Amino acid sequence: MTAYRLNINGQSHAIDVDPGTPLLWAIRDGAKLTGTKYGCGVAQCGACTVYLDNQPVRSCSLPVSAVGDSQITTIEGVGGREAAAVQAEWVKLDVPQCGYCQSGQIMSAAALLARNPKPSDRDIDLAMAGNICRCATYVRIRAAIHGAAKTLEG
Amino acid sequence: MIHDRSILDEKTHAEAGSTLSRRALLQAGAGLAIGVYIAGRTPSFAQNRPAPQSVNILPNTFLIIAPDDTVTVLCKAIEFGQGPFTGFATLVAEELDADWSQMRAVHAPSNPALYKNLLFGVQGTGGSSAIANSYEQMRKVGAAARQMLVATAAERWRVAASEISVENGVIKHASGKQGRFGEFATEAMLRPVPADPQLKDPADFKLIGRDGAVQRLDSAAKSNGSAIFTLDLDEPEMLTVLIARSPKFGGVVSSFDATAAKQIAGVVDVRQVPTGVAVYAKGFWPAKLGRDALKIVWDDSKAETRGTREILSEFRALAKTPGKTVKQHGDVDAEFAKGGRLIEAEYVFPYLAHAAMEPLNGFIKWDGDTALARYGCQFPTPDHGAIAQVLGIGVDKVKLEVLLAGGSFGRRAQQTVHAAIELAEVAKAIGPGKPLKLVWTREDDMRGGYYRPFGVHRMRGVVRDGKIEGWTDTIVGQSIMKGTPFEAMTFKDGMDSTTYEGSNEIPYEVANFRCDLHQVDVGVPVLWWRSVGHTHTGYAVEAFIDELLEAAGQDPVEGRLALMGDNKPRHAGVLKAVAELANWKGAKLEAGRVRGVAVVESFNTFVAQVVELSMTEEGPKLHKVWCAVDCGVAVNPDIIRAQMEGGIGFALGHILYAEQTIEAGAPVAGNFDKYRSLRINEMPEVEVVIVASGEKPTGVGEPGVPPLGPAVANAMAKLGLPRPRQLPIVPGATA
Repeated sequence: MTAYRLNINGQSHAIDVDPGTPLLWAIRDGAKLTGTKYGCGVAQCGACTVYLDNQPVRSCSLPVSAVGDSQITTIEGVGGREAAAVQAEWVKLDVPQCGYCQSGQIMSAAALLARNPKPSDRDIDLAMAGNICRCATYVRIRAAIHGAAKTLEG
Repeated sequence: MIHDRSILDEKTHAEAGSTLSRRALLQAGAGLAIGVYIAGRTPSFAQNRPAPQSVNILPNTFLIIAPDDTVTVLCKAIEFGQGPFTGFATLVAEELDADWSQMRAVHAPSNPALYKNLLFGVQGTGGSSAIANSYEQMRKVGAAARQMLVATAAERWRVAASEISVENGVIKHASGKQGRFGEFATEAMLRPVPADPQLKDPADFKLIGRDGAVQRLDSAAKSNGSAIFTLDLDEPEMLTVLIARSPKFGGVVSSFDATAAKQIAGVVDVRQVPTGVAVYAKGFWPAKLGRDALKIVWDDSKAETRGTREILSEFRALAKTPGKTVKQHGDVDAEFAKGGRLIEAEYVFPYLAHAAMEPLNGFIKWDGDTALARYGCQFPTPDHGAIAQVLGIGVDKVKLEVLLAGGSFGRRAQQTVHAAIELAEVAKAIGPGKPLKLVWTREDDMRGGYYRPFGVHRMRGVVRDGKIEGWTDTIVGQSIMKGTPFEAMTFKDGMDSTTYEGSNEIPYEVANFRCDLHQVDVGVPVLWWRSVGHTHTGYAVEAFIDELLEAAGQDPVEGRLALMGDNKPRHAGVLKAVAELANWKGAKLEAGRVRGVAVVESFNTFVAQVVELSMTEEGPKLHKVWCAVDCGVAVNPDIIRAQMEGGIGFALGHILYAEQTIEAGAPVAGNFDKYRSLRINEMPEVEVVIVASGEKPTGVGEPGVPPLGPAVANAMAKLGLPRPRQLPIVPGATA
């Protein structure tokens, strides 16, 4: 076991775990933030998406020992115009069904809009193909991203 | 009646759709709680409550109106995306004349006397029945509450109840007096619950069937990470449990060595359970490391040894022999002997995992005398009994609470109650006193069996002079229900109707017809999977009718309509509606694009779909799907559309890519790399039309699935390709 200090959503969390522990489990079991989900454990589904210094990463496949001083952002702490626009659109279009993958979807969608405020369908495919939704809410995810882009346009 | 307490003294937790926890809500001094039976209440709670005898126990325990005007519906169906929180709240709010903004929903706990599915007789969600079995019941709850509130207001204002109106949550009298529900709720609760309150004329509906009138109650909590699923449960001293299960179906532990596992920091205990070896640890990762360090010798003497390849050759051989007749009319053998164009097709369907986003899991706390179980339980009544039985305590000593589940597609409703038994066994093995969370990894879930059964359909048809004169469908498959409590309900003449549903009765008039079945035992556990038998019968029937119509030189839409005659108005209705929506002008388009159509009735809902696709090196590329659905009265049009969209995507991913292969009794695919799921770049545009209907509402969770596969096959045929005979269409696809 090793003691780590993780900076999650601007707060410091002391966590004592095996160095190989994936960041996902440090966030969930250590920091008790449960909005970030476990779906596959092998970076296939994207349910565990968080930001490391504002870049989306799959926290299930990133050992906590590799995080260092990086700023971690989870669905509980995601802020800014893009995330707000995405979340508002998610609710407006009733995107979620079971909802389990949606934290990851929203993290990926907000990150996409932060670097590309007006994504094409192709851009959305590329940015979102790593996030599986078994309920297949993809039609509405796409529409909501376009909707959020429109909101951000002002 | 002890289960009632679970509503009352539950730990605080925010549930989707409500910013208030149930406890907080109840502590706030809930006003009108229709039918909440409060015997056995806690003393603090009693202070806010009238005596038990003043409250009708039945028929309903479905509604709580709080002094803050919120109306919370206790939903007896599990919410895992298909929308019952919103649906039930819509039905209640409609008759209550509530404002949508005041509506909330939470899960009802396990209590079959109060919360049984009226179609099943026990509490459970399945068969796309949530709205179908609750449409009147939940409207009556709303109407009864309205009547009680109005009577209370009438008394207080000293006016006639008939002079009072209710609109958008406001109770009004012509004199100008008005008030909100919360002001009357506590008094209203003292009244007897009217048994048969007057329901609205559907013409007066403001929410039911009105587009845009309601929004899902759970969207916000599912968009900010606050919705609580079983995986998110936590308590002081709680241990996470992972079980090492047999790699082969039917294998059992012979011996094991836990020395190395117990040396992993965070591992607290290791115990044998009937399904394997359980590792108890402080968190998921130590449990995983501990499990990885186990050394287990498995006894495979009773395990399944065959693989998919062996099972397939057995099934194929059987398909060439007559099975037990399920249904026949005319003389199909004589008809085949007359000659004409004889067409044969054999369709092979793989095992499919449900692979819901949230793998199976469960929370349990047992103190030796009583137990609390909490999880995304789809069939509470049988699970409840199973947990009590394993722990050797009465059902009345077990509380079972239903939580939001991250999908199911059938997986969380278990005819064998295997996951509930295992959850209780895990508690029993370590002994009383520890809160436990049993977690399945993705691999555990995917390799855990309970698949859509593997199966073969051998179809034969004869076309003479442009007419389909004979049809046979020989099915080889494994029974889902055999040996389970559901056998009595679903078996007819020794055959499982869920294996042949959809094949025994086709919507087309064919003079000579036979459907027969070989019901085969295989040691791979199987289960219902979103749309059950229709997952394969829909494909077999709709791909084959299309092939026969092609041979008869007929258009896929016109030909189907002609064969339906006047006897299938709802099939014909959705088919015509989808043809119109898609502007159907034949199957072949320009630029390599083709169209295919299919129509399937499942769970009394009728769905027709048209797909438009082109072929690429990676397989079919779907551009658009048009969908028409007739589900009777459309309670929540937007949820119906969402279920059609999702059903189409779910079906497409499986029809194209998914297959659980078995090798020597062990499932191969363990994760989404080998069990490929549909991704956003593969999702077509979808357009849905809901056919207006005054029929009783039926479900929409499953019926969007069956037509998609055959519609894809039928489109591919227009490019001169064979209709895929073995699914998935893109075999060996990996992510």
